[in-house]
Amino acid sequence: MPNFNMTEKRHTMSVQDPSERRSNFREVVLGYDDEAAISEAKRCIQCKTRSCTRGCPVGVKIPEFLSLVAEGKFEEAYKVIEQDSALPAVCGRVCPQETQCEGKCTRGIKGEPVGIGYLERFVADRHMASGRAEERPRSNGHKVAVVGSGPAGLSCAGDLAKRGYEVTIFEALHLAGGVLVYGIPEFRLPKAIVRREVEALADLGVRIVTNAVVGKSLTVGELLGEYGFEAVFLGTGAGLPRFMNIPGENAKGVFSANEYLTRINLMKAYEEDAATPIFPARRAVVVGGGNVAMDAARCARRMGAEVTVVYRRSEAELPARREEVVHAREEGIIFRFLANPTEILTDGEGNVTGVKCVEMELGEPDASGRRRPVPKAGSAFELEADCVIMALGTSPNPLIGRSTAGLTVKPHGEIFADEGGQTSLEGVFAGGDAVTGSATVILAMGAGKRAAEAIDAYISSRRS
Amino acid sequence: MYRILKREQLNETVVRMELEAPLVARKALAGQFVILRADARGERIPLTIAQTDAKRGTVAVIFQVVGAATMALGAKREGEAIADLVGPLGNPTEVEGLKKVAVIGGGVGCAIALPVAKRLFELGADVTSIVGFRTAELVILEREFRAVSRRMILTTDDGTCGEKGNVCAPLGRLLKEGERFDAVFAVGPLVMMKYVAETTRPYQIKTVASMNPIMIDGTGMCGCCRITVGGEMKFACVDGPDFDAHLVDFDEAMGRLRTYTAFEAQARERNCNLFRKEVK
Repeated sequence: MPNFNMTEKRHTMSVQDPSERRSNFREVVLGYDDEAAISEAKRCIQCKTRSCTRGCPVGVKIPEFLSLVAEGKFEEAYKVIEQDSALPAVCGRVCPQETQCEGKCTRGIKGEPVGIGYLERFVADRHMASGRAEERPRSNGHKVAVVGSGPAGLSCAGDLAKRGYEVTIFEALHLAGGVLVYGIPEFRLPKAIVRREVEALADLGVRIVTNAVVGKSLTVGELLGEYGFEAVFLGTGAGLPRFMNIPGENAKGVFSANEYLTRINLMKAYEEDAATPIFPARRAVVVGGGNVAMDAARCARRMGAEVTVVYRRSEAELPARREEVVHAREEGIIFRFLANPTEILTDGEGNVTGVKCVEMELGEPDASGRRRPVPKAGSAFELEADCVIMALGTSPNPLIGRSTAGLTVKPHGEIFADEGGQTSLEGVFAGGDAVTGSATVILAMGAGKRAAEAIDAYISSRRS
Repeated sequence: MYRILKREQLNETVVRMELEAPLVARKALAGQFVILRADARGERIPLTIAQTDAKRGTVAVIFQVVGAATMALGAKREGEAIADLVGPLGNPTEVEGLKKVAVIGGGVGCAIALPVAKRLFELGADVTSIVGFRTAELVILEREFRAVSRRMILTTDDGTCGEKGNVCAPLGRLLKEGERFDAVFAVGPLVMMKYVAETTRPYQIKTVASMNPIMIDGTGMCGCCRITVGGEMKFACVDGPDFDAHLVDFDEAMGRLRTYTAFEAQARERNCNLFRKEVK
């Protein structure tokens, strides 16, 4: 009989003090040591239901990896996670565990669920620190192109490379990583980790071409034709940011979260002497309630602003990871729930001076099953602000759809693809936000993995 | 890395660079742009392509040294390389079927107007070019414009070269005299394009403005380059950069261009000091 740890509370991870971290971009959560990790892993009672694994979009064998951690076999635990997840160090940090694995954990019925996310992160960080290089598989001589180097593209490329495919990733920006480098901030996902994940792919033989916009510099047709790729995976991700279509949205001081975060994360605007300008906000209003809204709010806070998040539903409906909301609050960010902007107020020179909002109440459930917020009559109020950041999601990138004849896209621009990522064109697969619209890192990764399998099956069937 | 094959100083602040970029050169058409970074920590600079040589695999850009980023780019010498270059981005200028056109360039915008004039000229169109500068010393590409225009009018604000005044005066005169164009292309400062649009509006002549808002990725991700056209939000990088000048909200665009003026001033100062130190 193994000695389970029946403590109801999980081991907390040490975090940087809020008063300190709200003015720096260093990682907030600091990680477990070996002892804490082993003790926390022992809280898993190896129940037969395996509901945690069923709660994981990529089906990581969680009880197996936890039992190896409990025995102190960290590298073996890593090998188990790696079978299903391409980016464990990333997912351990950014997955919404509370609605996935941990949300299903039996220990959570009475007490706190096992810290699965923390342990995944611990195992992945330990593996990275050990400096073990991936072994390069023997080439099977088949070439696949992956478009976009975000979570979908990286996981698709990694899985194909492990199967022996010669993979080339085409990335539009000057740096690989997609949303992991331009979107998610350093304090939540250190860029060194993304860099090492990308380097691990290079160790597997994956070629990465930056500054190449498929749909402009190259076309899907050319990749399949003269460049000799047998299949193409489109992981082009989130595209045009959505706005609210209210007066004042193009005033000076209104930004999409994509722009604000790209300036800070990709272009390092938070570093002293950075070349890229950032708006010196004193009072920022962030509109939205997802992870991107939390990231934008916490970045603005670190850049020195007083920040209010305005969300049209109530706290219970916030789609952001719970930990991010807790951290945001600790950092002094104010939340205005059940409120929605109706106008951005400006001075004579087009500078933002405030946001006019209306209070909301929850009505009947909408298509997503969440109760639809409706404005309360006569409840208008104003918030003072010199900066407004819109974090309302995105529509898929339009370039590929416009430049690829025969590729079916849905009315809002999402690429049409089946469960395995097969699009309307032979040899062309797609997954991630380009197919689903704004979603999570783990869902994009899962789509990339499934597409890798489908691509393998497709190319194998052509061979025979 | 993208090598600088040729660097020319066109006037005191305007530089022309020919860069090695075979992938871009194969595809680029008049009106499209590239984004480049001088150094690994540099800003992403969107620049319209001034010339393309598909055979040699090169593109040329012409830019004015105005801020910190263009200063860093301008400091690069022939034979050196820049960190990044991506393109061609944006949609090509629509030139099909046009028989008689006017191409209006202002200042360094002439560098972008030239490939449009050249493309139209090659397609057999009757091209009138009107190019304006502040003063004689700043005049660039005069010979090149003459070579691709049936009629070429040069203006300077101070009258030191060509006609005194701005580009709208000769354009207005031609229109008043009964001259008609299938289309008028305006490339230059926002205020110039705004007044070109006002000049042609009473005559209902199709007028195209080449917009150059602030951008980061240039591929439809950041939403920074949004402008209002006919009351709708458009993104210059994927919907443009060319738009119907009669529908563009130029005043709003001018405001947005000033978003980072204060930061720019500081950064320029910093870079000036840096380069001064290097010279010593």
